[in-house]
Amino acid sequence: MDSFNAVIQVLDSTIRLSVPLLLACLAGLYSERAGIFDIGLEGKMLVGAFAGASAAAVFHSALIGLGTAVLISVAFALVHGFASITHRGNQIVSGVAINFIAAGSTIILGQAWFSQGGRTPALQPGERFEAIIWPGADAIKDVPVIGPIYAELISGHSILVYFAFAMVPFTWWVLFRTRFGLRMRAVGENPAAVDTAGISVAWLRYRALICTGILTGVAGAYLSMVQNGGFVKDMTAGKGYIALAALIFAKWKPVNAMFACLLFGFLDAASIRLQGSPLPLVGKVPAQLMQALPYVLTVILLAGFIGKAVPPRAGGVPYVKER
Amino acid sequence: MAQAAIELIGINKSFGAVRANRDINLEVARGTIHGIVGENGAGKSTLMSILYGFYQADSGEIRVGGKPVSINTSNDAIALGIGMVHQHFMLVDNFTVLENVILGAENDALLKSSIAKARSELDRLEREYGLEVDPDAVIEELPVGLQQRVEILKALYRGAEILILDEPTGVLTPAEADHLFRILKQLKDQGKTIVLITHKLREIMAITDTVSVMRQGTIVATRVTKETTVGELAELMVGRRVLLRVEKGQSEAGAIRLSVRNLTVKDQRGVTMVDNVSFDVRGGEIVGIAGVAGNGQSELLEAISGIRHAVSGEVMLEGKPIDLTGKADPGELRDRGLAHVPEDRHHVGLVLAFEENENSILGYHDDERYLKGPFLDIDAIMADAKDKIEKYDIRPGNPRLKTANFSGGNQQKIVLAREMEQDPGVLIVGQPTRGVDVGAIEFIHKRLIAMRDQGKAVLVVSVELDEIRSLSDRILVMFAGRVVGERGPDATEGELGLLMAGVERQEAAE
Repeated sequence: MDSFNAVIQVLDSTIRLSVPLLLACLAGLYSERAGIFDIGLEGKMLVGAFAGASAAAVFHSALIGLGTAVLISVAFALVHGFASITHRGNQIVSGVAINFIAAGSTIILGQAWFSQGGRTPALQPGERFEAIIWPGADAIKDVPVIGPIYAELISGHSILVYFAFAMVPFTWWVLFRTRFGLRMRAVGENPAAVDTAGISVAWLRYRALICTGILTGVAGAYLSMVQNGGFVKDMTAGKGYIALAALIFAKWKPVNAMFACLLFGFLDAASIRLQGSPLPLVGKVPAQLMQALPYVLTVILLAGFIGKAVPPRAGGVPYVKER
Repeated sequence: MAQAAIELIGINKSFGAVRANRDINLEVARGTIHGIVGENGAGKSTLMSILYGFYQADSGEIRVGGKPVSINTSNDAIALGIGMVHQHFMLVDNFTVLENVILGAENDALLKSSIAKARSELDRLEREYGLEVDPDAVIEELPVGLQQRVEILKALYRGAEILILDEPTGVLTPAEADHLFRILKQLKDQGKTIVLITHKLREIMAITDTVSVMRQGTIVATRVTKETTVGELAELMVGRRVLLRVEKGQSEAGAIRLSVRNLTVKDQRGVTMVDNVSFDVRGGEIVGIAGVAGNGQSELLEAISGIRHAVSGEVMLEGKPIDLTGKADPGELRDRGLAHVPEDRHHVGLVLAFEENENSILGYHDDERYLKGPFLDIDAIMADAKDKIEKYDIRPGNPRLKTANFSGGNQQKIVLAREMEQDPGVLIVGQPTRGVDVGAIEFIHKRLIAMRDQGKAVLVVSVELDEIRSLSDRILVMFAGRVVGERGPDATEGELGLLMAGVERQEAAE
């Protein structure tokens, strides 16, 4: 029973840890499917986290925090669009620039506004998104097997967690069942075909980037308003890049993306759980090695297990009308 | 004459200093097939792009069905019933036929009803015009001819009454082209108007009702097809009489400079592509290798020029063997006097992103003439490039221009100039005039004959029978990897045609 509970706990934290990855990964899916590489997921999450925690602390409202996070993140996405769609700039350079601006500006503004060493004030109840307890969760908590699964894994998460997982089927539906999705996939493969069909390539790509901005904003808000009670500098800690890795691993498909992010989340959760506890056969392993494990496995998975991943063909190439 | 479907009045369009279209007046009658011919760069595609809303004319008026219209985007053109089949297909390769057809013409925000509608529409179009294609097939798995059919279906699905086809047969096999023409005739019979852009005069004669000839951005003549001839059109296209057969004197064959003995080449799959081929090329003669594409000519060329592994046999260049393991050093072969103009200039002959002057020394860049110590001697390279530009009439004559910006014919001249000006003993040329316009063909043929007259050994491989017959002093015919016959330059087309088709006739050999 003890080991069963341990498993439940690891799975529970798997879910919690994979949510920001999943949101960022789906965000990247929108932009990359539309043919815009977005290495700036990291930066947009970071500004989202900072804006969300700041606004929530100042206005004492979680919802205003979330709205602000999304707004600022979308604004950064539009900057990326302005550079790479309107001015046909290099998408990688633009994305890296956004990451730098995000890392620097959040610390400077945080220090200037709150004078807490780059942190935002600790969020009070009501300024954070609280866990939602599903009906009957407390009642059946002690029922063996089903009880903990229901009470720990399904119930007891914040609204943003449910939102993230609901976005998976929703994104699939958008991509494959709507006009917008068809056009978005087309513009990532062959923008000239979209252009000659009488559709604006630029406007289509901007709309895809707005979707990206919304999702990275939510991902940021989750980090600073759910997982943590406020903003801490560099709190994204490379999640944006891992999300990109997961996106490639998932071959740009939403459902695959969910499993990829859950896998990365699980590795993270397992490494936290196993820290300090002796492993069978190997004995005690240094904590640093356990922490490095998810990253090591990321490299191995990407190098060896993914097979041929064909990215959207027009990805990274600005569209120039030519004769 | 029937009512005009399209009228273009006084159309002008410039790209920077280049005037792509000058005072174009054109009228196309409803329910006819109108051809527009002209050399590469004559402004045909620009004109049609203006009609399709891809570009806007600087001045002039467009009338569709008698009414003046303004076409600012492709959407406007589509709404006016104009459809275009582009030279490079505008299809999403990993989409199905259905998805490609509905892209941009969806009913509403969800796809379900659009797909249902497209499915029944495609069914109807298939019955009416014989345009059968599996609606659920993925584009990249379809042969080129079918992909083009999807482009036509796209236009018809959007209600096109006027269909513009830009160089539609460039990528098609002869059989596919014939099928396309049958479809176009059927569309015409149903009252559609078709504008066909091409530089192949044979197609114009075969299918159009009327034809306009473009030269240097203007329409120089419009004719009723039945009342004109290929000769007249060709003359109008280049502005002077074309030598359809180049003048050349008797060859004076000298010593053997290239000798191929029992050469056998297999491809990656292990299929024998060149089967025990032997022949000699002497100084002062042009040997032409005729054959339907894919009968081993490409592999033969590659093996002789040392870039493809040969299973057995030997090739002697000026009496010394060539390394046939496929790992020969091309630089060393060049030093020994072998020049090679590859069949596929885009992938093998040129770096399109380089400037003209860089491509004109590519492969010879470590020659002392172009070096100053360890560095490239830019002045010498530029002078050399300018010299070649003048000699070979490469246009535009700007050695700093990116090679991709030259037309196909001029790109071919860049490669030819580079290889010929190295004064090689043996010149191997694959498809000397593929994609090259009429004026440049004549020039290239003359240069090849001049090489011959200087005592060089020239080996030409071409799928154009006319070209082989006009150039060669001896003609070898390849079929299924073997040389099935050798003929003189006076061999008839019919005789060679039979050999190329693999029909070995005793009488022909006698």
